[in-house]
Amino acid sequence: MSTSPAVSVDNLRKEFIRRDGKGRRRGRRRRVAALHDITFTMRRGECVAILGQNGSGKSTLVRLLSTLLIGDGGTAEVFGIDVSKRPRSVQRLVNRVSVEASFFKRMSPRENLSYSARFYGMMPGETRRRIPEILRMVGFPEDRSGEPMEDLSRGMQQKIALARALLTSPVLLLLDEPTTGLDPRSKLEVQAFIRTLRQQHDSTILLCTHDMAEAEALADRVGILHQGTLLCLAPPAEIRARYGAATLEQAFLNATGVSFEDEAAEQEAG
Amino acid sequence: MAVEPSALRRELIGFAGIVERNVYLIRRFAWWELAWFLYTVANTLTIVFIAKGIEHAGGKIDVNRATIVLLVGAVIWSYLGLIFEVVTETVAWERWEGTIEYTFMAPLSRPAHLLGMGAFAVVYGVLRTILLFGSVAVFLDISFDDPDFLAATLVIAVSSFSFIGIGMMTAVLPLISPEKGTQLGFIAQGLLLVVSGVYYDVSVLPQWMQWLSVVSPATYTLEGARSAILDGAGPAEVWDDIWPLLVIGAVAIPGGLAVFRRGERFAKQHGRLKRSG
Repeated sequence: MSTSPAVSVDNLRKEFIRRDGKGRRRGRRRRVAALHDITFTMRRGECVAILGQNGSGKSTLVRLLSTLLIGDGGTAEVFGIDVSKRPRSVQRLVNRVSVEASFFKRMSPRENLSYSARFYGMMPGETRRRIPEILRMVGFPEDRSGEPMEDLSRGMQQKIALARALLTSPVLLLLDEPTTGLDPRSKLEVQAFIRTLRQQHDSTILLCTHDMAEAEALADRVGILHQGTLLCLAPPAEIRARYGAATLEQAFLNATGVSFEDEAAEQEAG
Repeated sequence: MAVEPSALRRELIGFAGIVERNVYLIRRFAWWELAWFLYTVANTLTIVFIAKGIEHAGGKIDVNRATIVLLVGAVIWSYLGLIFEVVTETVAWERWEGTIEYTFMAPLSRPAHLLGMGAFAVVYGVLRTILLFGSVAVFLDISFDDPDFLAATLVIAVSSFSFIGIGMMTAVLPLISPEKGTQLGFIAQGLLLVVSGVYYDVSVLPQWMQWLSVVSPATYTLEGARSAILDGAGPAEVWDDIWPLLVIGAVAIPGGLAVFRRGERFAKQHGRLKRSG
């Protein structure tokens, strides 16, 4: 494990079975590829951002690495451990923050953090000591840690999601659109926290995002994932140069032929 | 198979985490729990007053014995139903709250997860059942003729394992089919209610239902508990009801875990392990 890359993905493939139509009009089952033979590695301590539209395969990649999906081909290893062969060992090393801060909504942040830490082997004494520390670290007011989650703002909930991930000291942190839907101030706070995390804890971070500026500001390398294919993975400057673009957004447009605005328009029309 | 101490310790901490979470949930939903409890008391009373109602309508019946038969049926079904529901809804709750992905990506073994749900259900069920029995008894004028409550408790305790195992099997349904799984769990519970002789002897059922009653652990639980409470049967005398429960439990728990593991693998292969289904 000591010399292995933090993440090593080799020809990883995932397909899902979809049916056209609904109810009695359900059509034939067809296999839809979510990831096509993805290959990349991540160094320890590196932050890699994966850019892609909705449905490009970003979340599928995160869910494969976090053992929530079983791939249909290829391999994925986290610190040299195969995610499908030894999922429990991988689970101890990984945690995740997704776009939805998913919690038991009636329970308080303290309660949600406490029970979930237990799943990672933390005793009550340890969580009593660590939870206030982590909450301070993410900038969450401790006097609100007993309130139900449903009474907290989205930004506050996302801070608790970060705290939940950090409480288990993951060596690989998977961030799946962690700032989507947050107000500008909360977004900046979360981004600042991710920077601090890298500097102080040397965590390896895989960040999936829609936000070009966020990717450029936080990541060492940026990948463009389009329709399940990883088109490139390189430092932002190299990507701009490769696609002859002044900005990362323009590079994304040149690489994929679509922009995020196109996607938004398609969704509205659809 | 030898288990290293640190791994066993981790499992026990994870098991405790499941129990801890459910205690928080009960506390946070305390008013709902109270409302459900009062509803159950009212529902149980409507059932046990049927005995007096039959006599009032001109039927010849031993009201005291019939009331106890109905009371034992209602209270035990409330207990077994609670165990079944808590374990069966292991996945449904998580999917509803959106935490399913976080729980299933945690290094928590499925036995620790599911048995933690079962252990919580048993402790909570016992407390609730004692309270229910006491609350309903206040409204009734019944007398027990030398009951053996210890033997009845033994039968109910042994039956808990069977219900945890069967609950594990039905818990997998929402994992495989997010839309229909929970409904199927309710249907399974309803089927057990019909065939197990909760309020009547199973001999009154159509033959095909009587065959089903043989494999239902509730059948033996109710028979054993009624023998102990109504006829004063001791632990040795209820053995005929205990051994089938031990056999069903010994099959149902490993079977439930195996079924759940297969279901979880299926869900991971087909992308069903997510909040939206």
